[in-house]
Amino acid sequence: MTAVGSYFKIGPARLFVHAAVLLIVIVWLIPTLGIFVSALRDKDQIVVSGWWTAFVGSTQTVAVRLGTPDQQQQEGATYVITGNVLEGQTGRSVKAFGNRVQQPAAFEAGQTADLGDGESLQINSDGSYRYMKNAAFSPDERPRRIYASVSAPPEFTLQNYKTVLTGEGIGQSFINSLTVTIPATIIPILIAAFAAYALSWMEFPGRALLIALVVGLIVVPLQMSLIPLLRLYNEIGNLLGQPSKTYPGIWLAHTAFGMPLAIYLLRAYIAGLPKEIIESARVDGATDFEIFTRIVLPLSFPALASFAIFQFLWVWNDLLVAMVFLGTDKDHLVLTGSLNALLGSRGGNWEILTASAFVTIIVPLLVFFGLQRYLVRGLLAGSVKGG
Amino acid sequence: MLLQIVSALGVVVVAVLACSAYFYFSNKILDLALPVKDGDIRAASRNLNRRALVRPWLFVGPALFLLVVYLVYPVVATFILSFYDRAGEQFVGVANYQWALGDREFRQSIFNNILWLAVVPAACTFFGLVIAVMTDRIWWGNIAKSIVFMPMAISFVGASVIWKFIYEYRGGNDVQIGLLNAIVQTFGGTPEVWISVPFWNNFFLMVILIWIQTGFAMVILSAALRGIPEETIEAAVIDGANGWQIFWRIMVPQVWGSIAVVWTTITILVLKVFDIVLTMTNGQWQSMVLANLMFNWLFRGGGDSGRSAVIAIIIMLAVTPIMVWNVRRANRELKGH
Repeated sequence: MTAVGSYFKIGPARLFVHAAVLLIVIVWLIPTLGIFVSALRDKDQIVVSGWWTAFVGSTQTVAVRLGTPDQQQQEGATYVITGNVLEGQTGRSVKAFGNRVQQPAAFEAGQTADLGDGESLQINSDGSYRYMKNAAFSPDERPRRIYASVSAPPEFTLQNYKTVLTGEGIGQSFINSLTVTIPATIIPILIAAFAAYALSWMEFPGRALLIALVVGLIVVPLQMSLIPLLRLYNEIGNLLGQPSKTYPGIWLAHTAFGMPLAIYLLRAYIAGLPKEIIESARVDGATDFEIFTRIVLPLSFPALASFAIFQFLWVWNDLLVAMVFLGTDKDHLVLTGSLNALLGSRGGNWEILTASAFVTIIVPLLVFFGLQRYLVRGLLAGSVKGG
Repeated sequence: MLLQIVSALGVVVVAVLACSAYFYFSNKILDLALPVKDGDIRAASRNLNRRALVRPWLFVGPALFLLVVYLVYPVVATFILSFYDRAGEQFVGVANYQWALGDREFRQSIFNNILWLAVVPAACTFFGLVIAVMTDRIWWGNIAKSIVFMPMAISFVGASVIWKFIYEYRGGNDVQIGLLNAIVQTFGGTPEVWISVPFWNNFFLMVILIWIQTGFAMVILSAALRGIPEETIEAAVIDGANGWQIFWRIMVPQVWGSIAVVWTTITILVLKVFDIVLTMTNGQWQSMVLANLMFNWLFRGGGDSGRSAVIAIIIMLAVTPIMVWNVRRANRELKGH
């Protein structure tokens, strides 16, 4: 029990806390849940009912044509066409039916509806129908169109994922995102760790100034850098005869933008390592490079891991840097970019949007739940110090 | 597809190796260039000193280079560009700044940004603190914390899709498949296209950021609350303080420092908010914010570097006090060590 936890252990207040936290958890979970559930639903069902009804099944109105006059059979004075409106569909049942689109559920299933002109129709809940007339159906009569409200059991499918992964460029974007993210996570760690070591354990003029610079740059808005860097990239691209939007270009951009926070976090950790270890290694004749790679790097694993998670999430989830430095053409589009493009082009196709959204957030969520401990540690190292 | 995976993996390996190679070989070369093993002792000690002079710069070199090229130089260059015309060639003085002051869209963005700044950091800090206090005293608190913290992992674009689905509106007599409209309808209200209602749509967009960032505030404040000595709270309980008084009089003042850190961090984030507005409204229906306006001017009609530079400078000015405060705090900390 923590310190703050000890002051009301019993009583209605405690019950209130449980209820309030439960409510908060539900509110926080529901938005994401909606996406997960919808992505697994049939695309026709998403548009006719809210995702929260997915588990209890849904009701939808369908239009069907009854049998043709050549199927009619005489039963005494009446002529009957029989058949099944749910032909080939299992697990569904008819709740109601009607003969006009304005009233698609005018009659209960099992009821016999008088359609006028001596015609009547009965549809049972299993879909079987009897379409009756007190005279013969004339052979040139068109098959009659009726409406039925059909209830379907909860149905889940992976079809949406198949569609987006193969057809909507999400699969390609997934690989693009990985290509951007992995180097943009590893490279800054290496560079920042070396810098952090130098700023913690090596004496050189300008060190204090450098630390102040790093701290100051943590808050510099990214927007600041866009215009000059775009120009710089274009000039270098022209000079080398290469396109200006390349993977190395975006790796360097992400590396640089993550650098101030990386150095700040890692320096705080590396400076806190025991002085004795590093000094005794020095006395034994180890060079700084050896001390760094053999002692500091292994010892700093927790800090490196927590920054790696941050940088990974940040790069994976970034849209702005990718849009500016990698462009929005199909071959280079990252996941966030293609999701954004789909929002524009497929705004109403929720089966596409929800499945795509799931694909983009599954990797960060796995990283998050797998490595939450390190993530929290990193946050605390960076923010609470001196707070 | 397979080919792309292989080539992607290839460049990844090359990139990482190249980076490692720099550090390895630059140090190796330094050791070879300034030998200390043989020869006379004077030369060795001189070389040792020279090594100590050069080596720190080998270590910080790449980082320093990136910081200067990607962050320091752009600040200066953007400032200069803000006095030039749309192509960045003709000096136009303060014309771009005058344009900004007179532009309706710019004023709208400033207004919206201030609205965001007033609401989002406060809401995140408040909810984060309340949730931290409550989850700290129940047995399943850690599970609850994980769930509130989870949106931190989701991209702003992903979160926008998630919330767009909640705000989804269908016209006519169609069944509402957006949760918010379904709820409104259940209670007898009229469904609305929430994100296109001027002024109020800002708040619907803010909800997304609050949903994402409250977990961050909660984690930081929860750690700060654990740091409160048990005796202070026990003493208050003995003196007959109730839960409310303990919260406001004992707990809040003790974690004031952390509240300030959370507040500033989220404030910086709000000033840079871009993805949410881009994906939800793209600034339509009077929901434009500075970052998006800047991005628009960067590419609108072939791009206007002068005007977008002015907007970038305004964002920069807004974070400068926080920057100064940050550096001062860090300096104090360094001296304290």
